[in-house]
Order: sequence, then structure tokens, then C-alpha cells
Amino acid sequence: MVQLSVNGHPYEVEAEPDTPLLFVLRDSLGMTGTKYGCGIGQCGACTVLLDGQAIRSCQIPVESIGAQAITTIEAIERDAVGARVVAAWIGIEVPQCGYCQSGQVMAATSLLKQTPKPSDADIAGAMTNLCRCGTYNAIAAAVRQAAA
Amino acid sequence: MTDLTPLHRTDRGEPIRNLSRRGFLGAASGALFLGIGMRLDPAAAQTRAEGPAAVAPKPGTRVAAFLEIGPDSRVRLLSPFVEGGQGINTGLAQTIGEELDLDPARFTVECAPPGPDYAVVNGLRMTGGSFSTRSSFEAMRRLGATAREMLLRAAAARLAVPQDSLTTDDGRVIHAATGRSLDYGALAAAALALQPRDDVALKDRKDFRWIGKPVARLDMRDKSTGRAAYSIDLRIDGMLHAAVQHAPHLGTEPEAIANEAAVRAMPGVQAVQRLPGAVAVLADTWWRARKGAEALQVTWTKPLPEGIATVSASFSSASMLAALKGATEPGVPAEQVGDAATAFQAAAQVVEAEYDAPYLAHAQLEPPSAVARFAEDGSLDLWLPNQMPELFQQVAAKTAGLQPDQVRIHSPLLGGFFGRHFYYGSATPFPQAILLAKATGKPVRVLWSREEEFGMDALRPLSFARFRAALGPDGMPVALEIRAVGEGPIGRWFGALFKSPVDSSVVEGLDQKPYAIPNRTLTYVKVPHPVTIAFWRSVGHSMNDFFYESFLDEVAQAGGKDPLALRLALLKDSPRQRTLLNAVTDLAGGWKRGPFAAADGTRRARGVSMASPFGSETATIAEVSLKDGEARVHDLWIAIDPGAVVNPAIVKRQVESAAALGLSSALLEQVVYEGGQRQARNFDAYPILDRDRMPRVHVTIVESGAPMGGIGEPGLPGVPPAVVNAVAVLTGQRPRSLPLGKARLSGA
Repeated sequence: MVQLSVNGHPYEVEAEPDTPLLFVLRDSLGMTGTKYGCGIGQCGACTVLLDGQAIRSCQIPVESIGAQAITTIEAIERDAVGARVVAAWIGIEVPQCGYCQSGQVMAATSLLKQTPKPSDADIAGAMTNLCRCGTYNAIAAAVRQAAA
Repeated sequence: MTDLTPLHRTDRGEPIRNLSRRGFLGAASGALFLGIGMRLDPAAAQTRAEGPAAVAPKPGTRVAAFLEIGPDSRVRLLSPFVEGGQGINTGLAQTIGEELDLDPARFTVECAPPGPDYAVVNGLRMTGGSFSTRSSFEAMRRLGATAREMLLRAAAARLAVPQDSLTTDDGRVIHAATGRSLDYGALAAAALALQPRDDVALKDRKDFRWIGKPVARLDMRDKSTGRAAYSIDLRIDGMLHAAVQHAPHLGTEPEAIANEAAVRAMPGVQAVQRLPGAVAVLADTWWRARKGAEALQVTWTKPLPEGIATVSASFSSASMLAALKGATEPGVPAEQVGDAATAFQAAAQVVEAEYDAPYLAHAQLEPPSAVARFAEDGSLDLWLPNQMPELFQQVAAKTAGLQPDQVRIHSPLLGGFFGRHFYYGSATPFPQAILLAKATGKPVRVLWSREEEFGMDALRPLSFARFRAALGPDGMPVALEIRAVGEGPIGRWFGALFKSPVDSSVVEGLDQKPYAIPNRTLTYVKVPHPVTIAFWRSVGHSMNDFFYESFLDEVAQAGGKDPLALRLALLKDSPRQRTLLNAVTDLAGGWKRGPFAAADGTRRARGVSMASPFGSETATIAEVSLKDGEARVHDLWIAIDPGAVVNPAIVKRQVESAAALGLSSALLEQVVYEGGQRQARNFDAYPILDRDRMPRVHVTIVESGAPMGGIGEPGLPGVPPAVVNAVAVLTGQRPRSLPLGKARLSGA
């Protein structure tokens, strides 16, 4: 059994210790807002927050998490910064197919929590998730709006 | 698959104008057959066509098949199309809501199950070819107007007043004389039981309230909060998760599994199953299934040692390209205008060039999956990404040994598609889910890992064309000769339907150009690919417009012309395109080819291109510099004329999205085969456009009033040639093979 704290709730999960957090969230806990895209930390569709820091959950074995607090897209609007990010995403109409956007919203929330007024370089440095629909310009605009 | 039950063509109305630009759908008269790797049985088709089709409704007319109006006057719309980012759900809500007189925000849109009502793309049902809006616009308006008339009729009966004394206002029927009103929700049950009329009047366009406006998209909140559910997110009680290991060479089969017992003993593993060309591991979670599948030690049958007839042990993309280049067959004429041969004899100058473009993966971010569940009565439910529910239903029925009406197809949102989710034989996972559900007696979800997806995805075909142009003494082109060699997805997957000897998906973008070149000959030479080939956003245009518009710049250079000036001159008889070229020039703040120094000190150049994809017209300008041996694209200016638009905000974003994919293909992407195997298995080895490489994209829409064209794909084809034409200015070298990232670029 692995113990996890997700969105403020404790969970006990039966999983091998090396199971990536991503698949525990999706398949054991049914939190499917976090997406599987590549499984090798390239695309960022699986981004969640670990103690407020954006991480790629496909690269994190559940055994390594311990007491760190996991926040997923399902709870992002409970966070004041996250709610602002979501509002900007909706206002700017960022998503196209939408599949990568959970991860994008998580990455943006993490950025704005650490750097409330990011420069363009800060945005470029933090927003590295892939989007096959090419919504990058809208993403940057939404990050700026959420920061304003 | 040997024979599929033919679909019925039930649309006896007029074909939609501008839909069958190349006879794509107009070719289907009478019973409509889908030639997916099968032989057709005309006798069976005939019998069936006289059966249920004889009583089938005219597609797009039966209001109750499309609209459910709830007590709260919200509408659930069953859409003929599947939403995958293109915004069709919102566009349909605007179109129907306009005539129904109901705010589009009050619509919930789902992809409809299979059924003849939804065959609104000229008698066929599909989400693709940039057909959705242009094919259904009039029918969906009429559907909304018909529903509104039924509500008015029901209200007239309820209120005992003449129908013409009633009006509507956003979800309410109003009797102005008495001040009474009824919500649509209160009338819905009575209204939907009425016989629809087929002669309702449509609104005058000048009275449009929502069509033509940047109405907010319906799917933004769900897609910004993780609530949007894709196929990969579905969970069925009691289902097993399956992961697969596919054969390393397409067409080979599992022979022996050295460690089957050991894999069966792994945590959570329930079964190991052999499949055509694959072995599956089923477990209680997908991660456990995947670990099992990756641990399998499978011996596979041997591929042929060499050749390109199959994916042989020595097959490579280089050998395939060599075969295309070396093809000596005369081919078949695809376009003949004037007398090119005579013009070449009299030419002052002849320009020749060869162009090629690689295999491409769709690389949509949602890996493909399918859930199959057999019910107790033997019928089958399938949840899966698809662009063609009726076709998938037929293939599924065949796979499961059922009749099509025993298969229920559920079509969730697509996590990107770009052409990925047509039916492509072994590149499509759902037959595996059916076979595994049958074998285990449990619901099964098959999910391909990203690595398996890169290994199995159906590809944009590697392509090749040879160009010759004859120039007159004034430097103007007088003749153009093109040989397009290869195979396209139309011929591969719809060959039995469209019996034309010319595969339109190989030549589109090379023919029917707006340029006044008096003598032209275009030849199609078929050389089949052994790999699974696919539709890929903008299909043949994705490479051919790069070929053609790059070569046109070569012609301009040989003739001593500026590339924009040459295009304007050649468009002297094509006012629509000329207008568009001027529009993009204005959008870009004027034309300057360069090289020039930008404010930031970089040395830049601009390239221009035109394209005529999917009934729309585009003009594109790219501004490019070189950095560290790579092309850096700073700005893309794109003018698009789709005739008329439903939602300009969605159109602009779709054009930007298509442009990003076009740029990605120009700079980065190629699927490389060596030794019969694909080399890249994930995004680390198959890079796609990232944020760092995304340029500013400026889009302007010109609504010329021409018949409606497509939107989802047309933004793409102009981008690669515009970028490459700028690169050629900067480097003094003409890139004739994509992607640019294959070679290090340096300034001239």
C-alpha cells in the first residue's frame, strides 16, 4: 500500500512502488483530468503540482512522493492563482482539442505562484509543455492575463 | 476484411455546391460504397439499397434525431460531427440556434450514434476534409428553422391563437397581442411529436444574430479544468486494461513467446493473448498491462529480406524515395491544358527541379484507445476515437461477427486528430479491443503507449514530384510539366469508391492552380507504399503546395522576377486570389523580400505563397531569420478566403493551429524507416513544434461570398513554402526536401 495526499485528501493505493504517479491518479484514483501523452516527460500533458511545484507525473514513482502534497487539475480552481489561470484560459479561449490543457493550466499555475509577474523569458522557461494544436500564443496571452 | 456491408446513400437531394470540388463525394451516385480494403458485392448492395434505404429519412431533416429540448429550454444536440478542437460543436450551435432562435450558449453538443439521419456530407457521414461546416450549413440552418416552426405550431395549438400571431425570442414563443409567452421547454414534447414541414423559410443573412459573430466556444471550461472526457478517460465497470506489443515489421506475426508464463505471473496480469500482428497483455491496471507487454519476449515471423512491395527487412524511407524518383512508368494524365510539349521546344529557358517530403506521424497528443463491451444479448458497445462512425460500425460488426445494427458506436471528444482517426486497418486499435473482449468475456480497454503509437500510426505518405518549366524571352513561364509519383490515402482507402485512375490525394495542390500559365501537363504515377498511409491535415496539399510554390519561386528567380510580382502577374485572371495576395501583403505591412536587417539586428527575409485547399483560398507570408543553423520564423501573415464564415474567432484560431502544424512539418518532422523499422518511438526522437519555435501568427479573413470552403486544414499548406522561400533568400540555396532540420542552414 502506498499513501498519498491528493487535493487535500489522504488515499491508500495498491500499486507497485515504481508505478508512475500519473497512472495511480488516472487508473487507481479515477482522476482522469491529468493526461497521458508520452510517458517520458517530454510533452507535459501529465503535469501536476507537488508542494506547489509543477512536475511531470509520468516521471515520478509513487514511492518517492511521501508526504508531499499533490494537486491535480480537479482541484485547481480551489487555489486562488489556479482559479485566475482557469478564468484566463476560458476568457482567451485557449484550448483547441484541449487534451494538453490540463497540464498547461498546471504549469501556468505553478509559474504564477512562484513568479506573479513573469517576463516573456519566464513564460518561455516555464511553459514548455507541448501542444499539437499550436495554441502556444494563446497560452502565453492567457498567462499574461492571469498575471495582470 | 473481405466485404463490408455497403453504406446507403440516402440523400436524394441536390449535392451541396462546391463540395465535390474534385468529385470527392460527387463520385458517389446510387448506393455509396466504402472501399476499405475490400471487394464489393453490387448485388448485395442493390438489395440493401432497396430495403431500409427506401424508407430512410433525408439526412439532416428529422428534428427529433438531432434536438432534445429540455424543460429548462436547454438543447442537447446530437451532432453528425465529432469535436476534436476545430470548434464544430460551437459552430453547429450557432447555426442551428440562429434559426431556432435560441442562444448557442444553451446548447450541449454530443456526437450522434450511427444512423442515416446524420449522413449530411453529401449523403456520407464523416468529420474530415474540412467538410463539416460547408457541407451542413444550409441543412443545419433548415433544421433549426424547422424546429422553430414546430414550436410555433405547438404554441398556437396550446394558446388557441393563429400561428402567424406568434413570434419567438431566444427560447420563448411570444403572443404579443396578449403578452403571453411559453418557454421552448414547455412546448418541446408537443412540438417534437409534430410532423416537420419541409418548406420553412430561412432568415435573411442581414438579420443574423449569432452566425458570423465570434460567439464564445462551448467547450472552454471543461477543457480548462480537466473535465472534458476523451476516449482514453472512459472507465467501464469490470473492464480489463490491455497493452500491446506490435510486430517490429508490419505484416509479421507472433511465433513464440519465450516467457509467457513469467508474464502471466506478473502483478495484476490476467491474460496474455495473441492478436494479428501483436501480442496483448491484459491486467487490472494499464500500467501493469504495459509492464507485462514490454517484458514479453516474442519471436516474430520473418519479413521478406528486401524490396518495397512489403515492409521488408531492408525497407527504408531512403529506398522508398529512391523508388519514387526512379519510377519510369509513363503514368496517367491528371491535368492537360494547352500544348506543353510545343511550348518547351520554343522555350528561351527551361527550369527543372525535384522535390520530396517525408512520411509524417499525426502525433496527436491523445494516444489511441478503444473500449469494447459485449452485452448479454451478444451486441457490442464500442467507445473509440473516430471520424466516421458508420464505417467503424461496419468494420466492428465484421470483426465481431455481428450485424452493424448490433454494434453501438460511442464517439467521445478527440484529443487531436489531424486525420488520425479514419479507419486504417492495423493502425486502428479497436479490432484488438473487440477480439480481446471476446476472448476474455469481459469489457476491455486497449490503449497504445506512445511508443506503440509511433510504431503503428498511419502516415502522411512520403512524396515526390518532378517539375519542369519553360520560360519565354520575357522571363514569364509559358509551360509547366509536373510528374507526381507515389500513392495517397484516397486511392488506398477509398479506391473502390472513387474509381478515378488519378489519386486526387496525390495531385491536389498541383492541379487547378489559379495561375495563368497557358500550357500545363500534370502526370500521376502510382507507386504504392508498403507502409500504412493516412490522411494528414491538408492531405496532398501538405506537401504539394510546398513543392509547387517553392518551384514557382525558382521560376521567378530564373526569369529575373520578384516572387510576389510574378504571382500577381500570373493571377491576372484570378481576381479572388489576387485580392487575397494584396490582403496578405497589406497585413504584413507591405512586401519586402530581403534580406534585410530587422530592428533586433537579425538578418531576415520574407517568403510568399498561395494555396487553394478544400474550397478555400489562402495567401501566406513568412518572415524568417537563421540562428544556430536553424530557420527561425518570426511572423506568419495569413489571409484566408473561405467564402463566408460562421465564427470568425474560431476560424482565426484554426488557421493559426493549422499554420503551427505546417511549420512543424517544414522545420522538424519526418518518420524515418531503416531496416524495415521506424526509428522514432516518442517525442524525444520525433520533435514537434514547441513554444520556443512558435511564431506570431496574424490572420485576416476575407469573405468574398464565394461558396463556403473549409477551415480546419487550409491554413497549413501555405506555410512550408512561404518559410522555405524565405530560407532560400537567406541561404542562397534552394531546399527541395523537408524537413529543413535535416540540414544545417547557413547564410549566403
